[in-house]
Amino acid sequence: MQNDQLALAQTRGSVDPRVKRPLPAWVSTTALLLPTYGWLTLAVFLPLLTMLAFSFMSATPMGKTPVEFTLKQYRAFIDQPYLLRIGFNSLMMGFWTTLFCAILGFLAAVALVRATVGKTREALLVLILLPFWTNGLVRVFSWTMVLRENGFLDNLLHMVAPDAGSISILYTRYAVVLGLVHGYLPYMILTCYIALVTIDDAIIEAAASLGARWWTILYKILIPMAAPGLISGAVLIFIPVIGSFMEPRILGGRVGVTMGTVIEDQFTQAFNWPLGASLSFTLLAVVLAIFATFSGILRRGTAG
Amino acid sequence: MKQIGRFYLIAILVFLYTPIIVMMAMGFNESPLYELPFTFSTRWYEALLANQPLLKAGANSIIIALTTAVIATTLGTMASVALSRRTFRGRSLLQILLLPPIAIPWLITGTAMLIFFYWSGIGRGMHALLIGHVALAIPYVVLVVGTGFKTVRADLEEAAMSLGSTPVHAFFSVTLPLLYPSILGAALFAFAVSLDQFVISYFLATPGYTTLPVQIYSAIRKGFTPEINAISTLLLLGSMAAILIFARFAKPGDTRDKR
Repeated sequence: MQNDQLALAQTRGSVDPRVKRPLPAWVSTTALLLPTYGWLTLAVFLPLLTMLAFSFMSATPMGKTPVEFTLKQYRAFIDQPYLLRIGFNSLMMGFWTTLFCAILGFLAAVALVRATVGKTREALLVLILLPFWTNGLVRVFSWTMVLRENGFLDNLLHMVAPDAGSISILYTRYAVVLGLVHGYLPYMILTCYIALVTIDDAIIEAAASLGARWWTILYKILIPMAAPGLISGAVLIFIPVIGSFMEPRILGGRVGVTMGTVIEDQFTQAFNWPLGASLSFTLLAVVLAIFATFSGILRRGTAG
Repeated sequence: MKQIGRFYLIAILVFLYTPIIVMMAMGFNESPLYELPFTFSTRWYEALLANQPLLKAGANSIIIALTTAVIATTLGTMASVALSRRTFRGRSLLQILLLPPIAIPWLITGTAMLIFFYWSGIGRGMHALLIGHVALAIPYVVLVVGTGFKTVRADLEEAAMSLGSTPVHAFFSVTLPLLYPSILGAALFAFAVSLDQFVISYFLATPGYTTLPVQIYSAIRKGFTPEINAISTLLLLGSMAAILIFARFAKPGDTRDKR
């Protein structure tokens, strides 16, 4: 195709002398790409490389302390065992959030595909996805209004049972997972919906007319068909959740200590950038391992 | 069965919207301690008008989001032209390189930017925020405009050129008008990405130059009044409007041929 264009350009050049000789294609291609990739290099790739270098330093290279290259920052998990517990807690937070999102989101996608059509379905999809594109911080903040002592939930309870105590779960791990599920559920609904929307109704009707019960349809048709959506949704939720710090801070209070908040502390409070950098890269290694494991499914999921 | 499905979807919507609506309502509640019963009042919106730091942070956010939208849309559209219409070696590698800004947790990207900008002398503040926000928005722009390219047939451009149009003229007179909805959608998307960005901004803002989410976060951490609800309500309504307009223009999922 490029040759055709070149041929076209050449013939045109000979017919019309006003047209300048066109530049070779690679020049214009480079000119089109350079600003974007230059920008990304400055803003993302160089910073990541610098952080990698920092993670091997013995101290933040800003004071008077001499800086040596060392692996000790990566030994932090052995030297400071409490980090292991925090790391485990972060993984569990990711696990529960992903699990709840998977169950709720899969069922919502099934309901969207089976129980709605046309305009109603479009409107519901927009309504479900709308909060996803609003400020995550504000949505987390809004849960404090609901969950705090004497907040919305308490008042709702007291309307039914005036003498009941407070059921405030603010500043617990439940509140953190609740806030995270609220934040990431639309993602799972969307990925499952995309996987399920292609299901031919005739398959389900055929299965039903041949005597399949609803749970057979669920396990033999719906879940296998939704599997790519479930997996890509799970990956896309698990990764940001194990790196989250503002949700645990706002909804978890003192119990909300995660890898994310520990890393944030190294940069904003403790000023131990090398440790923060090595923890970030450990987290990044987990992220990359997850992507590598599921890359095939993710690629198929986004190709359509 | 269908009844259960619809009921379930309504329950999901209630779950998604209850906290947001409660938060918005509390901005109109008289009590500074969020006490109920509800007494309607606009005092927090009036207080907001006098709250210079919040208003200034809000103005900063809007300026950054607008600038981000313009820069990211321009650069992203250019890159998208090359990635969608040209074949060259390394194209798939370049496409993969668009993923890190989206796929790596913002905490990691943000702290990496903080280290690099500090170490290289770029520093923090407005320019640093712009560099970061544009980098996060570009991949989305390339994606949205690239989807638009799939619906604009390449042979239209070739037809224009075979009739004597230059490649540049063919692009501006044939392809660009057809791509216009996607580009506008991408710009709105970039605007929303920037307006909602908190994590990166948190590490790159300075005490003298913050954005609205950063200001809201420090208010939440230090103790807050319903003024925060008022400004949060405005912020949510703003980004919801941007996204609804985006959905109207870009029609994601609409892959019909535009002729």
